[in-house]
Amino acid sequence: MTKVVSVRDVWKHYGKIKVVRGVSFDVDEGTTTVIFGPSGAGKSTLLRCINMLHPPDRGTVFLRDIDLMKTGSKMNYYRSKFGMVFQHFNLFSHMTVLDNVMIGPRVVKKISRDQAKAIALEAIEKVRMKDWCSHYPSQLSGGQKQRVGIARALAMDPEVILLDEPTSALDPELIGEVLQTMLDLAKEKKTMICVTHEMGFAKAVASEMIFMDEGAVVETGSSEHFFTNPVNERTKRFLSRLTELYGRHETRNDIVADKK
Amino acid sequence: MIDYLGDLFEGLLVTFQLSFTALGIGLILGLAAALARIYGNKPASYLANTYIELIRGTPLTVQLFIVYFGLPSLGILFSPTFSAIVALGINSGAYQAEYFRGAIESIGGGQMEAALSLGMSRFQAIVRIILPQALRLALPSWSNEAAYLPKYSSVAFLVTVPELLARSKMVISQNLKPLEVYLVVGLIYLVSIATISKILDMVYERYKFTVE
Repeated sequence: MTKVVSVRDVWKHYGKIKVVRGVSFDVDEGTTTVIFGPSGAGKSTLLRCINMLHPPDRGTVFLRDIDLMKTGSKMNYYRSKFGMVFQHFNLFSHMTVLDNVMIGPRVVKKISRDQAKAIALEAIEKVRMKDWCSHYPSQLSGGQKQRVGIARALAMDPEVILLDEPTSALDPELIGEVLQTMLDLAKEKKTMICVTHEMGFAKAVASEMIFMDEGAVVETGSSEHFFTNPVNERTKRFLSRLTELYGRHETRNDIVADKK
Repeated sequence: MIDYLGDLFEGLLVTFQLSFTALGIGLILGLAAALARIYGNKPASYLANTYIELIRGTPLTVQLFIVYFGLPSLGILFSPTFSAIVALGINSGAYQAEYFRGAIESIGGGQMEAALSLGMSRFQAIVRIILPQALRLALPSWSNEAAYLPKYSSVAFLVTVPELLARSKMVISQNLKPLEVYLVVGLIYLVSIATISKILDMVYERYKFTVE
């Protein structure tokens, strides 16, 4: 399989605090990588290092064979190859759903209005938000907002989609619709790197899982590995805490199981 | 009474000319200073901060006198009207900068992050995402500035600009009816500012939105 992203010994600190400490991993085309771990583990920062939103202090990230740390003034262009979905949606409040999804193709890719609209509509349809095109973000539920967030990322036709705890800010009953959309993407063989604690989702689609703690990778492996015989003590403790909180990974994911 | 209204209205036109030009200059200076403070590098941010604090910490009259009476000793000579516009514009810019800064900061970093992650440059993000929101959010407090300026511009009479207050003094020196004339002048300010506020309210209602 072709590697799309290679993270190579990435370090990031803010002041004296080392948030990410020497993380390396590869992501194959068409696969989903799930990153999980306690809060403060550096997961979100790592995602932002990958698309150079916060370039690493040491180490680098390759997008296919391009060293992103050496892209200089083209860094913005390469950043557009990564779609990003945020925990708190970050939809542009002053724009309608359609404009939110159109603005990337319009402004970054300089695509004509009509073409951008067609691309946006296709993305919006994919997340089942077609009837909401002329609504503003404040008029949507959390789940709807996040689906628009996903559509906004999709409209740029990214090589990789980065998802930063996409369901963590949602009411429990709204998580399903967003997970469903993410599953659709996985089925379409979109390459995804997803920070999430939705273990059912991970079990269903993750080809690789990465457990992070205190800025470093503690354990990696398939979902099978993590759910049957995790090796590291910290991993075991964290997984059992998740189970306490959410119940067994199977139970929470009827939505996931059905659609497999 | 009607005979001097014409004079006063001519003065009102000068007042409008002063205040709206100054408001425009202040808008540009204020936006630049706010952006420099938030997104600029250290020197730019420091410079903007100094400007804002310096202007807000000194009386408008002193600023006007420096421009009109002070600068000529450096060989810079402005007409009274131009001096007043410069002083009012620079003054208003410092206050407007703080309105814009507050608005930009209330939008939060997530909007910038989202814009950059789409591949926008910082400049594109500011123009397309940050400013359209900041300007709308700042409008209610910015309306204050628009309502203050026509009143504050009356200091221009100190440097012989024939604006509304200066005209009223001329009228009084002829008809010797200060109470009547000042009441009329007060009413003219009142109606003008109420009109400006109303228009800005309507603009705000039209463009307001809810921040995520």
